Amino acid sequence: MAILVTPQTKVLVQGITGSFGARHAQLSLEYGTQVVAGVTPGKGGQTFDHKGFSVPIFDTVSEAVRQTGATASALFVPPPFAADAILEGVDAGLELVVAITEGIPVNDMVRVKRAMQGQKTRLIGPNCPGIVTPGDGPHSHGGCRIGIAPGYIHKRGHVGVVSRSGTLTYEAVWQLTCRGVGQSTCVGIGGDPVNGTSHLDVVKLFMADPDTHGIILIGEIGGAAEEEAAEWIAQYGTKPVAGFIAGATAPPGRRMGHAGAIVSGGKGTAQAKIEAFQKAGIGIAQTPSEMADTLLRLMK
Amino acid sequence: MNIHEYQAKQLLHQYGVAVPSGQPCTTVAEAEIAARNIFGSGHGLVVIKSQIHAGGRGKGTFKSGFKGGVKLARSVEEVVDIAGKMLGQVLVTQQTGPEGRLVQTILVAAAEEIKKEFYLAVLLDRAVSRPLIMASTEGGVEIEEVAHHSPEKIFKEWVDPAVGLMPYQTRKLAASLGLKGDLFNQACKLIAGVYKTWWESDAAMVEINPLCVVGTPSGKDALVAVDAKIGLDDNALYRHPEIVKMRDLAEESPLEVEASKHALNYIKLDGNIACLVNGAGLAMATMDIIQHSGGRPANFLDVGGGASKDQVTAAFRIILSDASVEGIFVNIFGGIMDCNVIATGIVAAVRETGLKLPLVVRLEGNNVAIGKQTLAQSGLTIINGDTMADAALKVVAAVANR
Repeated sequence: MAILVTPQTKVLVQGITGSFGARHAQLSLEYGTQVVAGVTPGKGGQTFDHKGFSVPIFDTVSEAVRQTGATASALFVPPPFAADAILEGVDAGLELVVAITEGIPVNDMVRVKRAMQGQKTRLIGPNCPGIVTPGDGPHSHGGCRIGIAPGYIHKRGHVGVVSRSGTLTYEAVWQLTCRGVGQSTCVGIGGDPVNGTSHLDVVKLFMADPDTHGIILIGEIGGAAEEEAAEWIAQYGTKPVAGFIAGATAPPGRRMGHAGAIVSGGKGTAQAKIEAFQKAGIGIAQTPSEMADTLLRLMK
Repeated sequence: MNIHEYQAKQLLHQYGVAVPSGQPCTTVAEAEIAARNIFGSGHGLVVIKSQIHAGGRGKGTFKSGFKGGVKLARSVEEVVDIAGKMLGQVLVTQQTGPEGRLVQTILVAAAEEIKKEFYLAVLLDRAVSRPLIMASTEGGVEIEEVAHHSPEKIFKEWVDPAVGLMPYQTRKLAASLGLKGDLFNQACKLIAGVYKTWWESDAAMVEINPLCVVGTPSGKDALVAVDAKIGLDDNALYRHPEIVKMRDLAEESPLEVEASKHALNYIKLDGNIACLVNGAGLAMATMDIIQHSGGRPANFLDVGGGASKDQVTAAFRIILSDASVEGIFVNIFGGIMDCNVIATGIVAAVRETGLKLPLVVRLEGNNVAIGKQTLAQSGLTIINGDTMADAALKVVAAVANR
């Protein structure tokens, strides 16, 4: 078990012929992920070939789903076309759309989120590193890798990782793997102010997953998603959680790289989030170097 | 991206929002013409407002000693005198920092008799992923203060993006401000216009503070946006070429402008330990760990996921242009990237810039052993940090021992 995706999940790649999408489709194939289709409008009928793999390309997502049984999508479509591509995945009945694209206009996401209400598709991202459920092979080969995370740093196991930031996710994962501790699933929910899946959504999935025994929750300044997750954990949490919040030294009113990482009007400060974590009994990693150790102490 | 008050008012005006008649001026001669027009149309009072992006202009002081970045005048001569004391001068406010901002444009506008002040803003409510319109009877003060002391005086309407703002919502807000008759109707039109400005120009925030009921030369009261602030969603600028033209590079830090040319995300802070990091989250965390270790970060710098040698060199050049920098912390988690490529980039950048300051590098990830070897064999004084914590302590110590 794991959450959201398993090594058996059939994945299609939207934007497989762009340089970014192609590169990461190749890496996912090498990792052993079941990449069964690509979608690039106008290139239907061609194939995406890499090291003996030959992935059929379709003009539309619904055609790709019908022909291959794909249930999840990795989306690398450029920002102006991303909202349309996400909703195409929803329309095709995908269970999961993982939007890697950075730079989608906020109002496009406001409309996408509204249009997805009541639909069965879950959106992860945008502006996110994606999801990895590690496999059993060497360097976790054979897992499901949707997105841009390095596969080899993972190890099959029982810690769930959720974060808004890509490189901080990799830090946490690598710290765990170096200590011989594996991960059930690692989810990057993205750094934009409007995203499909929140910290809380993922925390709930981890709490319900028998394969996940502990959680690393990585947040950053801006918004109140970390506080929301902490409040829920305080009431319903059943597993040890370690947390880290980035941006304590960020000046107010400035966007720190991620569109959503901004302290505005005194809201969304690191201090408020750390206090919420403490109140919820979440173990606080004082520095990003201590994320794994903080959790492992709680799991003893 | 932020724009000037006069530009915000131009945008709002295009969407039917009433603003005081006025003119942006870059010379005293222009200010004189603008003042003549305003006085000539029956107004008795003119306001001269320095156009800089920072707030607190009214209470600001020019480096020349002249007090007030916003002034009232009753005659053309007075306008000319004040314009001369503002244009080309550096205005220091609470938000500019001690260096202040050069005033290159002033807004000369009709100043009506203010009878009531309100607050009106449109922004994104992240908790529900919907636009939020906020109005308050407490105008002309910081809205955070109102939210803290008298939250019952703030009225909110969330907009369903599937149908857009409905007229009944504007009526609810106008009624909650206590407006009646013609002013009620003016408020409904104005709120709809402000929302339309927000939505159609892809703004991150539109704030009208104060929104005022003013007396006019005709004797009829009117509702006008006396001040206006607009921040734009950078992600959406590609579809607003007309707004991109409003960008004022003089308002941005030259180093940040230079960084953006190399697709680097750089924000200058006031510490002395520079950092160069891949990934926004890790870059923030690196600043934090410097502070945690007893140092002060000099900047935020995200070189992105696929930092090239050229980018690393540009990043070093930008960091070194900041005279307060006394040490550098490079923190890279090379997940997909080859650490040796980064190490080679660092060595080249150090050679090219002739770096004399202490440099601590923490490399982790793909091909890290070879990368570290490249650094060690370069003949350069590069301090190796084994972990992030180790590297942070080392750079703080190296700077302290200089």
